[in-house]
Amino acid sequence: MKNRNVVIIGGGITGLAAAYYLVKSGIKNISILEKSYLGSGSTGRCGSGIRQQFTTKEHIVLMKESVKLWKEWNNDLPIPIHFEQGGYLWLLSNKKELAQYKEYVTYQNTFGVESIIISAKEAKEIVPDLNTDKVIGASWCHTDGNAYPFDVTNALQTFLKREKVEINTFEEVNKIHVKNDKIQEVVTNKNRYATNTVINGAGYGAKYIGQLAGLNLPLQPYRHQIAASEPMNNFLGPMIVKGGLYFLQTHRGRIVGGTDLKEPPLSNLNSTLNFLEEYSKQIISVLPIISSVNIMKQWAGYYIVTPDRHPILGPTKINGFVLGCGYSGHGFMLGPVVGKLLASLIVHKNMYIAEANNLTLERFKTGKLIKERAVIG
Amino acid sequence: MKDEEIIICRCEDITLKEIKDAIHKGYKDIESLRKYLQLSAGPCQGKTCIPLTEKILAQELKKRIDEIAMPTTRPPETPVPFGIFSKAKK
Ligand SMILES: Cc1cc2nc3c(=O)[nH]c(=O)nc-3n(C[C@H](O)[C@H](O)[C@H](O)COP(=O)(O)OP(=O)(O)OC[C@H]3O[C@@H](n4cnc5c(N)ncnc54)[C@H](O)[C@@H]3O)c2cc1C
Ligand code: FES
Repeated sequence: MKNRNVVIIGGGITGLAAAYYLVKSGIKNISILEKSYLGSGSTGRCGSGIRQQFTTKEHIVLMKESVKLWKEWNNDLPIPIHFEQGGYLWLLSNKKELAQYKEYVTYQNTFGVESIIISAKEAKEIVPDLNTDKVIGASWCHTDGNAYPFDVTNALQTFLKREKVEINTFEEVNKIHVKNDKIQEVVTNKNRYATNTVINGAGYGAKYIGQLAGLNLPLQPYRHQIAASEPMNNFLGPMIVKGGLYFLQTHRGRIVGGTDLKEPPLSNLNSTLNFLEEYSKQIISVLPIISSVNIMKQWAGYYIVTPDRHPILGPTKINGFVLGCGYSGHGFMLGPVVGKLLASLIVHKNMYIAEANNLTLERFKTGKLIKERAVIG
Repeated sequence: MKDEEIIICRCEDITLKEIKDAIHKGYKDIESLRKYLQLSAGPCQGKTCIPLTEKILAQELKKRIDEIAMPTTRPPETPVPFGIFSKAKK
């Protein structure tokens, strides 16, 4: 039996970021428990995009703060994470879409996000290789960007190991003891941890971890597929989005992206030929010169989706059981701010951004759901 | 020959020394090594270097080769241009 101040379940960006800010707040004696290798969940499978172009106050405010923190991580973490603000270029193909995005941009601007609506011609100036035949304008934010997931997990893990945080990989949580609505103990296939504070950052495993503590979390897994090309010299610049299609060029030169096949909830991570056909068709229509470029590999991961497509953050009715899950496809970009919010909750008993309090589990009981209108890929 | 002169992944130019160093830094399974070193990310998609790396891992960790888990094979089997797939879908 080990005694721990905090036990973190899940070695993805949520768990690692929370540990980072707990250490920064002076908390010692932390364990991270990961059933496979670090980044093996959605974090290591994701599209790596980081944006502030959202349509709800909660997402916009949290993402604006997260971008600030990504910049700090870029300077402070012990190895480069390749956070780059190449921007997000959201291509619009009809008048209705354009009118809608004008509204979004106005809304984003009230929170200080530097998004603007530009013409198809201006979009082509940003990315000369674009085919803008069917584009009538774009929503553009130059401070959006991306970071390289495995560099991020490696950088965080290097920092945490130096700070003597215990990171146990290939160790699976299978029991949580709760007494009088208070966390007592976490049990894995290898050990037991006495603790009063647990962070559930278990991604697709978060529903099960919730059940272990006696909570029913409204989470559903959706398979999303993604592919990477062979590396090329950098020519693209921003993340490109059009309808369900998204793609960017990583700092290693590969085009990484996917498209939404609008599948029902699904618990398997098989790759399909149908995805490659759909994705190829869509990306070539936007970026014709990619036609002769090789696709190197294809894989799949989960979006863990909540009824209102916003994450579930913070406290529960179980004392000391803290949630960071259900990102509905946006958990990578939210990683830094969520980590800081959860650490602030544990250390100071409150999440330091007011909007985060709208995102607790409580909202599904009180019916105060949040609606996101711009979910992509 | 010295470890830094032995290339294990010829597509991505990764040496035996880099692999051994990574193992001793704590990247002790094939998937973590792959991701950390960008091993097997080349045109042959690891067909050459993954079997070699399994042997190195087994040696360094003093395990049997069958105890070293194989990574998932990711399609496509060989690199294929975007254009080919889009033709299939017209
Ligand atoms: C194809 C795709 C593209 C995406 N693109 C983007 C994007 O561009 N931008 C963005 O912000 N987000 C994107 N996402 C979403 C993003 O990947 C996730 O929201 C984010 O990675 C969630 O991080 P996490 O740490 O909460 O969960 P995960 O990374 O899934 O980590 C959870 C970890 O918990 C471990 N675990 C589970 N159960 C247990 C247990 N019982 N015991 C111990 N450990 C356990 C798992 O092994 C896993 O490693 C994308 C997702 C996919 C699939
Ligand atoms: S030898 Fe490693 S990818 Fe080809």
